[in-house]
Amino acid sequence: MERSDEKVKVVGTWSSQFVMRARIALNIKSVSYEFHQERLWEGKSELLLRSNPAQKKVPVLIHGGKPICESFNIVEYVDEVWSSAPSILPSDPKERATARFLAAYLDEKWFPSMRTVGYPQGEDARKAAIAQLEKGLVLLEEAFVNYSKGKSFFGGDQIGYLDIAFGSYLGWLRVAEKMSEIKLLSEAKTPRLLQWADSFSSHAAVKDVMPDTEKLADFGVRAKILKATATPKL
Amino acid sequence: MAGGEDLKLLGTRQSMFTQRVVWALKLKGIEYEFIEEDLVNKSSLLLTLNPVHKKVPVLVHGGKPIIESKIILEYIDETWKERPILPQHPHDRAYARFWAAFIDDKLMEASKKAFALTGDDQVKAIESTVEALQLLEKELHVKKNFGGDEEIGYLDIVAGWIAYWFQFIEEVGGFKVMESAKFPCLDSWTKSFLQVPTITQNLPPPDELRFVFGAIRTATCPK
Repeated sequence: MERSDEKVKVVGTWSSQFVMRARIALNIKSVSYEFHQERLWEGKSELLLRSNPAQKKVPVLIHGGKPICESFNIVEYVDEVWSSAPSILPSDPKERATARFLAAYLDEKWFPSMRTVGYPQGEDARKAAIAQLEKGLVLLEEAFVNYSKGKSFFGGDQIGYLDIAFGSYLGWLRVAEKMSEIKLLSEAKTPRLLQWADSFSSHAAVKDVMPDTEKLADFGVRAKILKATATPKL
Repeated sequence: MAGGEDLKLLGTRQSMFTQRVVWALKLKGIEYEFIEEDLVNKSSLLLTLNPVHKKVPVLVHGGKPIIESKIILEYIDETWKERPILPQHPHDRAYARFWAAFIDDKLMEASKKAFALTGDDQVKAIESTVEALQLLEKELHVKKNFGGDEEIGYLDIVAGWIAYWFQFIEEVGGFKVMESAKFPCLDSWTKSFLQVPTITQNLPPPDELRFVFGAIRTATCPK
């Protein structure tokens, strides 16, 4: 049985939105942990390969020596093990289902468009990506109005699952806005989300793990070049 | 009985994702109304309930839709607590969720490509399928079921398509990777899984699956 007093380690990188989710969840619960920063340009560490042999990806949460992989799995795990307030997932099963659905949508359908906007490959692709992003933001603005019930976060008074799912993308969203010179979050189209973005970024559980926009933009360029020049596997 | 008039499931009998939800509801003894969808002419009901993805299955409870089969399974387990399908301990739950996602992402992606592509592309996709199956085989090594219990659970339900649909994917796609000698644990799990009455009583007939997959392959296969 998992004990909440056993040692916690997070294997990750400063730039990954997925790693950020794990760290925010632990911060919300005031759980102290050791952060093992992967050195991306030097290849994957032995610890990472050992803890996540199936996917070899960050984040990995290691609790009492046992690994948990996948960012949303980690967030749910943290919520279940450190079950005293504040809760991360909503308590109502229907709200939980919708939160999980929107979170999966963000990762599978929405974020790929963000990459295209930030580092475009042709004007048509860029326009289609912007349309997809804006469609998603309309969904999220609506979800925010429904869930926040007039309070500051999707989770109400506290940061919750959807705040973490979407908020972890704010770094890249700001990079995309910077690179493409368009405003994705705006007073005109997404007034509540615009406000929420500030509240989220300055929250105690978030501010130390939110990457700096300039640094992230540079990182994105480097990563793209590295990928383009990598020797293909034979 | 639990469920009743305000519980509906929109789906198709051939869909592996719809059947997951059917199995979960029946294992828990929950009553529901099944609404068969025509995926070629999607109903306005489906389009209203799932405007984002327009896909089945959709569970409708008290008029509210729940979408995505794995999310529906978790919803069902949280709402009707008898005969749990997810494990109790957080670490076991995380394990089940991880491998469920792996089965639906890595294995499904590779299998779909092996099914639809030809030539070198198909060869590569078949290799990826085999790699994914090998990882699963390794995980199953010490377990009877994917959950490690006597009774089937969430991960068995999600993996269910491997026990039945996969052979038709191979047959229609024109490839064969699942051999009992190469995957003894998966083979053993398949045999136990297909002995569970709730499962065998809720499987689409082979000819229906051959027909549907045949139609899909004709439509999507590059000329």
